[in-house]
Amino acid sequence: MAMQDINQGKNTTTHTYQGLGPSLLMPTWLMIGIFLVLPVLMMLVYSFLTKEFRGGVIWEFSLNAYDQFIFDRGLFGDDPPKMEWTYIGIFWRSILQAGIATLLCLLIGFPTAWFIATRVGNSKSIWLFLITIPYWVNLLIRTISMKFLIRENGPANEFMMSIGLIDAPLQMINTNFAVQLGLFYSYLPFMVLPIYASVERYNFSLSEAAADLYSSQWVTLRKIIIPTVKPGIIAGCILVFVPSLGAFLAPDLLGGAKSFMIGSLIEDQFGGQAGNWPFGAAVSMILLSMVLIVLTFYARLQSRRAS
Amino acid sequence: MSLHETNKIAIDVDNVTKRYAEVTALKNVSLSIHDNEFFTLLGPSGCGKTTLLRTIAGFEGISEGDIRLFGDSIIDLPPNKRPVNTVFQQYALFPHMSVMENVAFGLRRQKVVDSEVRKRTGEVLELVQLSGFADRLPSQLSGGQQQRVALARALAPRPKVLLLDEPLSALDLKLRQDVRVELQQIQANTGITFVFVTHDQEEALTMSNRIAVMSAGIVQQVGTSRDIYESPENKFVADFIGDTNLIDVEIVETDGRQATCLLLGNVQLICNNAKGATKGRASLSVRPERLSLGDASNSSLSGTVSRLTYLGTDIHVAVNLEDGEVIDVRVQNSEDARIPDTGDIVGLNLELDAARVLMN
Repeated sequence: MAMQDINQGKNTTTHTYQGLGPSLLMPTWLMIGIFLVLPVLMMLVYSFLTKEFRGGVIWEFSLNAYDQFIFDRGLFGDDPPKMEWTYIGIFWRSILQAGIATLLCLLIGFPTAWFIATRVGNSKSIWLFLITIPYWVNLLIRTISMKFLIRENGPANEFMMSIGLIDAPLQMINTNFAVQLGLFYSYLPFMVLPIYASVERYNFSLSEAAADLYSSQWVTLRKIIIPTVKPGIIAGCILVFVPSLGAFLAPDLLGGAKSFMIGSLIEDQFGGQAGNWPFGAAVSMILLSMVLIVLTFYARLQSRRAS
Repeated sequence: MSLHETNKIAIDVDNVTKRYAEVTALKNVSLSIHDNEFFTLLGPSGCGKTTLLRTIAGFEGISEGDIRLFGDSIIDLPPNKRPVNTVFQQYALFPHMSVMENVAFGLRRQKVVDSEVRKRTGEVLELVQLSGFADRLPSQLSGGQQQRVALARALAPRPKVLLLDEPLSALDLKLRQDVRVELQQIQANTGITFVFVTHDQEEALTMSNRIAVMSAGIVQQVGTSRDIYESPENKFVADFIGDTNLIDVEIVETDGRQATCLLLGNVQLICNNAKGATKGRASLSVRPERLSLGDASNSSLSGTVSRLTYLGTDIHVAVNLEDGEVIDVRVQNSEDARIPDTGDIVGLNLELDAARVLMN
């Protein structure tokens, strides 16, 4: 700002980097254009094409992919349409799984973020650093390790048996629980970091003021702290919910057929058995629309707060 | 002043010590704050005044001693159970709540019924002249208005004691002076005991019924503005409150009330304001406005004018004595005032009643 003020009316922009402004974003625009916008447009187009038998598409307009998502028309596609619940069920389960993962991350992440934000001096950055440590190892490797940890005769079961908590190994792998554990574990830091940023800015004399005005700690948390750090909580929830919804690794490696989620469904259409590209594209579009709806809702909420 | 001499004691701070890991913030502090009193804790930053206020509010525990509110010990009560309210230095208004909701917050926690909450919120907002602002958010208010909301919020639950932690320090000078008068009026009208923390001596002197001057965790003196200004009990108080000249003297004779002092080894003065004086080395505290300039020949004390400082209403004249000691004299800027030039040799006339003997 200061620079702008000084330069006003003097036509000295060539001596500053102001003229470069828009071009500074060029590399980013290119990246986003080539690797995000273009593929999404391709998916959009593919979802309205006709499927080739073993992957690929025939360039012929068709609504079959979306139709297949909603209606069951029998094996040869000529039965009278019935409601198809399979895919809606997968969506529903995915939303539920992602929702539970988000809630768990919030329950664990909020106290963690609070703890870190209230440390004094150097230890804050040490704790933050510790939070990022899991990211030194690739998500795939971490998910596979998780699989080994919770398998039938893995360390988790052995430990619980050795302390007498259980008599026989628990079936953990290939269950919704395992998927949940994987999602929760993968995305917890995405909850901690934005909440941390919010709590860091929290003015702790507000808590004192609330206590001074006869609030118990619980009421202070509910009425003062949570509303004040809400932007961080919402950001964290979005950062956990959205990727959990489309997660592929955790449900694929940790869950069984019963724990099929959207991510695996899409993967199956392109790389897996089904080989139905238009349908995979259509499912992706439906998932994307859902995410956009959630984000729009959030943006609305934010702008209402601002006005 | 007699109005406030109802002997009922609102807050009794009894031998309170507050230790942190490395420092002792309060050392055996004892104070009695009367009901319906405007009581000020005054001192430089780090003197413990805010710590003392926070121990009364309950935000800080104490290491030793007791704090009683109308006779009952409150040290084991958490802040939300103490019937006192605080006006915070940076106001600490709830940013997501309207002015109305901020003010109603304490009442709602006390489970006051809705209609009563509305009535009392309206009343206090009127008291602080913010009736038209009930629906605004704190961020939409000026600093002065935020300060009033903070005051209204703390007054709404009708606390027995209101604690104010440097509430005016964030306001600009003109506004600060207006708010001072308002605060005093509100205190007088509501009859609530005010405990006011400030580092600003002018604020303290103009507003308070009584002042406790603090330094290094110790209460140096408690008294009315006049007591503290005119009869400081020690050098710290004399030096901290207003400007003063501290002149080294030797007391050659004293009866504990009056003292004969020797200045510069040869000038003898008889001081009437010498409570507690003993023979030996001491300081004489003389306010610059209690000194006047005269002819050197007519005066037992004389010196050379070394500096003149123009301050509008008056002029500060620095006079160097023979031994190099510098004495400040304040001359009123009136038409018949004789203003010397630097380098002039002048006599110093001293109002003997105003010179206060302080033991070292």
